Amino acid sequence: MDNLPILSILTWTPSVAAVLILLLPRLITSPEAARANAARWIALIATLVVLVLAIWMTVAFDETNPAYQFVERADWYGMIQYHLGIDGISVLLILLTAFLMPLCILASWTSVQKRVVEYMAAFMILQTLMIGVFCALDIVLFYVFFEAGLIPMYLIIGIWGGKNRVYAAYKFFLYTLLGSLFLLIAVAWMAVTAKTTSIPDLQAFEFTKHAQTWLWLAFFASFAVKMPMWPVHTWLPDAHVEAPTAGSVILAGVLLKMGGYGFLRFSLPMFPDASNMFAPLVFLLSGIAIVYTSLVAFRQTDIKKLIAYSSVAHMGFVTMGIFSGNEQGVQGALFQMLSHGVISGALFLCVGVIYDRMHTREIAQYGGLVNRMPIYAAVFMLFTMGNVGLPGTSGFVGEILTMQGAFIVDPVTAMVAASGVILSAAYMLTLYRKVIFGTIVNPALNDITDMNAREILIFVPLIAAALYLGFQPNIIFDQTATSAVALVDAFHANFK
Amino acid sequence: MSMNQTMTAELFFQQVPYILPEITLAAGALIIVLIGAFMGDRGSRLVTWLCVAVMLAAGAMAVLHMPPEQVVVFSGSYAADGFSAYAKLIIALTASSALLLSVDFLADKKLDKPEFPVLAMLATLGMFIMVSAHDLIALYVGVEMQSLALYVLAAYARDDAKSSEAGLKYFVLGALSSGLLLYGCSLVYGFTGSVKFDVISAHVAASRDIGVIFGLVFILCGLAFKMSAAPFHMWTPDVYEGSPTVSTAFFASAPKVAAAVLFARVCFEAFGPAQKDWLGIVVIMALLSMVIGALFALQQTNIKRLLAYSSIANMGYALVAIACGPEFGPKALLVFVSIYAVTSVGLFGVVLSLRTADGERVETIAGLSGLSRSNPLLAAALTMLLFSVMGIPPLAGFFGKWEIILATSSVGLLPLAIALILASVVSAFYYLRIIKTVWFDEPVATMVPVGTATALTLTGATFVLAALTLLIGLVGSAATIAGAGFS
Repeated sequence: MDNLPILSILTWTPSVAAVLILLLPRLITSPEAARANAARWIALIATLVVLVLAIWMTVAFDETNPAYQFVERADWYGMIQYHLGIDGISVLLILLTAFLMPLCILASWTSVQKRVVEYMAAFMILQTLMIGVFCALDIVLFYVFFEAGLIPMYLIIGIWGGKNRVYAAYKFFLYTLLGSLFLLIAVAWMAVTAKTTSIPDLQAFEFTKHAQTWLWLAFFASFAVKMPMWPVHTWLPDAHVEAPTAGSVILAGVLLKMGGYGFLRFSLPMFPDASNMFAPLVFLLSGIAIVYTSLVAFRQTDIKKLIAYSSVAHMGFVTMGIFSGNEQGVQGALFQMLSHGVISGALFLCVGVIYDRMHTREIAQYGGLVNRMPIYAAVFMLFTMGNVGLPGTSGFVGEILTMQGAFIVDPVTAMVAASGVILSAAYMLTLYRKVIFGTIVNPALNDITDMNAREILIFVPLIAAALYLGFQPNIIFDQTATSAVALVDAFHANFK
Repeated sequence: MSMNQTMTAELFFQQVPYILPEITLAAGALIIVLIGAFMGDRGSRLVTWLCVAVMLAAGAMAVLHMPPEQVVVFSGSYAADGFSAYAKLIIALTASSALLLSVDFLADKKLDKPEFPVLAMLATLGMFIMVSAHDLIALYVGVEMQSLALYVLAAYARDDAKSSEAGLKYFVLGALSSGLLLYGCSLVYGFTGSVKFDVISAHVAASRDIGVIFGLVFILCGLAFKMSAAPFHMWTPDVYEGSPTVSTAFFASAPKVAAAVLFARVCFEAFGPAQKDWLGIVVIMALLSMVIGALFALQQTNIKRLLAYSSIANMGYALVAIACGPEFGPKALLVFVSIYAVTSVGLFGVVLSLRTADGERVETIAGLSGLSRSNPLLAAALTMLLFSVMGIPPLAGFFGKWEIILATSSVGLLPLAIALILASVVSAFYYLRIIKTVWFDEPVATMVPVGTATALTLTGATFVLAALTLLIGLVGSAATIAGAGFS
């Protein structure tokens, strides 16, 4: 089993499924519903297969070895190679992707009714690209996966989104494209200078301080947009609000993590001097993001928009942790990314549950849901607390660690970030109170039904993950420690 | 027969294999025009197929007879090398595809006469001569041969006022640019005493005559007109819009390859030592083309006008590749223009694939509304082609831009790369608008798909998607071999 190209299988299985989804239902001549069902089932089975493979990969992964594992290498185009491999930083992000996808398919089971075949195919292709991003060990291959993700996401927002979807789709696409094209120039320059596009070789290559500054800024332009960091975060609330539920889950759960992953994979190891030099800038932006977007979230009238702004604030903890450049910070940032993937994904799914019933996301339209939907109220409560960072949920661990990391290098930022925790409690609890508690004022809510079996099934793994990670964070740290320590050591060795 | 004559004849026959593709095209055109005259209008379909076959054969010959090193034949006037062989293959492929696109369209418009394919083939012959030109005479003959045939193709719909206007406009402005070109040639000849590229190059290396520089400027302006680079682009949108769509499809692909390759050859071979003199001109033209191509396209509602501005922007990118100089430029240029030309044929294929019940083709972007419902396969192909011209990986267009950016990094022209990127983002906006119309809007009219055009579009889309596989590597290595030899 050792020679099995597990990463290629993981990456391309969803694409094969996409082709099947596009072709097989054509054999079913009628009716339309049967085709849609076939597409749903193929997508679900494929994502479950990927999940099983991803779990197997995580188990087989040797967490004590800091080197890249399961490496595959073949020539592709010029000096660009098809070069895959994972380490402790990427392994869990792949697992997260594989974990969220079946839930997304289930969440779209009935809420997406038009063009189901295309919808499922787009999601499958997106999964290939997301896993590819985390596996790629060639910088151009990384760019290919990173950028190609724009295509399915643009279509997902634009075709299956809400009423302002076209604007949101454009904004998402153009923002990200502008950022990542600067990345492309930097990549080309590095390829010419270092005469290689292999990530491990580039990590070992020493760029001059002057070059590092420019390269760091180019990479930052791309990853800061993707993350997103204040002030280039404005595409995110629009994209989240207009995207279908599953699109929001993937956007918050996985796509945002590509920014943080990029910082860890490229900025820190390849440009240590520039990372050190720009760390105060990142701290400043993170601090602003945490406080400012929390305040903005407080004033939102749309549930999804509120959660979107809260995502920006939580990503502020991630950037702060990464650029503190110590073990606590980096480990905490990784943990926060995984935890945020679970919790914000779950929150968007929670919004999806009531949106499917009421077709509105206005906070003012809700109130008193606890009277009609007790199970839902409990689930929503758990993830609200997770988002606030209550000890015992996964949200707590990431926040405390990143703040610890930041405190070592910059106590002021850590203190500012700590105030963000209070603010997040303020807006999340207000949201919860307005939506769940009180009396039912909107008569349309009188007939609302509680979650059905399918919806409960979606939330069970998410609840388990949020609580388990909250009580047993070491299960994550065991996997990431070796790579994180190696990363931090190399970082310090390089700029001192 | 004297000894001398024998040797000359022997030499002549030794050199013939290098121009076999051109001979094939010329002889083929003459024979086919006779067939056309003999069979009349009912033979137009047969004539088209014959032309396609001859063009493909000529393209294949160019590659099969490619010498390992550059060979200059006919006393220094004609070059056979990898650079021209690669360009000829692309020209033959895209020109013949554009010709195949024309069949149903011309039949619908009752314009299916044998002249169309024969003229297209003569234009192709002109392009073959252009990409191999190694002196100013061959350059001018090639350019004019191509242009004269294209003027007629623009005005091909005789009874249509717009088409006649397009033809006239193209002809008048084209004649002006030919005048500029010729004036430049005469200046260069006057100051260097030769029309041959290698003599000119040696002269430029030895001394810096202001007269030669003047000539260079005129030549480059004339050529910029032919490749529709700004500020000589004015004719492009009008001619693209007015000409019958099949002619536009033809203009937008192969002639652009030929003009860009010729432009590069003039810069690299004839004026190689004067790089600092032409670099400024090329850079300014590149910047202007990218800006104008990107900004002016934003307001267009007609697909043909939009694609006209898109081609101006793309020629700007090609000029960026040329600005990178003889060492890194040729490969980037070849990869970029070949992918661009194929994508371009594919895009026009979509426009030509759809007709209303009375045989009219789609001309406006709004006409594509809801294409994803009425014809999902074609819509998917169009989407892929558009994402490819945007340069989104993993589609082929990405590799064209990647090669250019790699080349700019190698020579340190990063500001140009940044301009290219900003232009790409602006252009992405109008390409996205088409995708939006196709996927997000509701269908308006019922369209009847056309067989051949659809098939070609799908082929083009398959090509841009094939970048995922090793095929793109093949294109890249071929261009590497073809682009070597200038440095």
